[in-house]
Amino acid sequence: MLRLSCFLRKLLSDVKIPLYIIAMDVLGAMQAAIGLMVTFDPQFLQIVGLSLRVTLTAVLLAALIGLPVGAWLALSRFRGRAALIVLINGLMGLPPVVAGLFVFLLLSRSGPLGPLGLLFTPTAMVVAQTILVLPIVIALTRGTLEELWQEYREHLTSLGLTGWRAVPTLLWDGRFALATGLLAGFGRASAEVGAVLIVGGNIAGYTRTMTTTIALETSKGDLPLALGLGLVLMALTLAINAAGYAASRIGARFAG
Amino acid sequence: MINRRMGLGLALALALVVPAFAQAPASDRFITVSSTTSTTDSGLFTHLLPLFKAKTGIDVRVVSQGTGQALDTGRRGDADVVFVHARAQELKFVEEGFGVERKPVMYNDFVLIGPKTDPAGIKGGKDIVSALKAVQARGALFISRGDKSGTHSAELNLWKAAEINIDAVKGPWYREIGQGMGAALNMASAQNGYVLSDRATWLHFRNRGDLEVVVEGDRRLFNQYGVILVNPAKHPHVKKADGQVFIDWLVSPEGQKAISDYKINGASLFFPNATQPGA
Repeated sequence: MLRLSCFLRKLLSDVKIPLYIIAMDVLGAMQAAIGLMVTFDPQFLQIVGLSLRVTLTAVLLAALIGLPVGAWLALSRFRGRAALIVLINGLMGLPPVVAGLFVFLLLSRSGPLGPLGLLFTPTAMVVAQTILVLPIVIALTRGTLEELWQEYREHLTSLGLTGWRAVPTLLWDGRFALATGLLAGFGRASAEVGAVLIVGGNIAGYTRTMTTTIALETSKGDLPLALGLGLVLMALTLAINAAGYAASRIGARFAG
Repeated sequence: MINRRMGLGLALALALVVPAFAQAPASDRFITVSSTTSTTDSGLFTHLLPLFKAKTGIDVRVVSQGTGQALDTGRRGDADVVFVHARAQELKFVEEGFGVERKPVMYNDFVLIGPKTDPAGIKGGKDIVSALKAVQARGALFISRGDKSGTHSAELNLWKAAEINIDAVKGPWYREIGQGMGAALNMASAQNGYVLSDRATWLHFRNRGDLEVVVEGDRRLFNQYGVILVNPAKHPHVKKADGQVFIDWLVSPEGQKAISDYKINGASLFFPNATQPGA
């Protein structure tokens, strides 16, 4: 015990981080964050708007694709199903920068989809983030629906709901778990910087998002502003999650 | 009942997202320029582009990367114009047929940044070569960009000029970080190392810590910028006309004046020299 406290004291005296500098950074960040939110700086609002637009669109697209695919995976039985499930679970950990590189190579003028001219546009960012969110939606839908199907199979079959006809009921019964999955997908997409930086190019006023702005301001050495933006991003994420939670609580009360 | 509720939810989600996307783009007329981190981080483009837009109505979308990557973006056809600083690499780019013609635009200079404690004992010198020799001889911490940028290749040329084979002698004192100028300065600031920076980025940099300029004014620290139109013969979709308008404006008396008008604390950051032969 004594040795531990000696060690800690030595560590603190050896690491010459002037604590007051950190405190000043945090204060500056708070000021920057409050300033950004209070003044409604149009450039800042544009950046926040683009971030939300890109991420929400990606989550919506991932839901439109992922819910049916997840349901299909939950209800069907075929060779290689287990391998496919493992693959999709693994893709939940796909590094954003790899997804970004993949989309970059696809959309580059020298790539297969080059003629579309989509590189360095918000659309490219939506594509990359959809790829990041999709495995989460599929995996969670698959897990949720498989459990529900095992539980209610007999009941649903007796009502004549088999196969595809059972899917809407199952999705509806699992809606709270699925909403949590979508929120997790939103979290992953809104937090990532690697993919949007590569495929968006961080163009001022066009493809600059919250996270790429934070990276840029850090590289300019404006740490208080970068940290302030970080606080705003965290507040937004918190607000969206709170809204999601509140919606599910209200929904649960009405559903009885 | 169930389906109606789900449909309602979906409609609500679409109603939230679709209008946000239906916004018209800022302008139909735009070009994409791949340029270096120094031109963006220094704030030059923030000063130039509104002037250019007001004059021509053309939006310029700047993707800022290291010079090597910026040229590569041009090679792939993902930019219309390349605006970088590494003369040899630029000429090679044109020679390979990826660029139409290279035009000199402006220069700034590099400065050697280091901690005030100056462990290599080189503060106030004007000779970059002997300064680098001292850094290497004392094993003082040196942060290298290591990202094939214009600044990185300038640094490698300076080691060569100092007759130091950096690949052979590099050790823990020499850190290649593979990132932009700002990241290199942040690291030098955190670890009290030496680092070669362009003056513009340094003047704009906020997180200086104990760093200051230790060596400046050597002619070998001269840093020339050039602009190139990506060759429409290689990439037919290149916006030839609008890209050329941008290049012509940069090298015109008006554009050159706009460049020299950009100042921080009364000091010019870039010096136009489009008419200087051989630049």
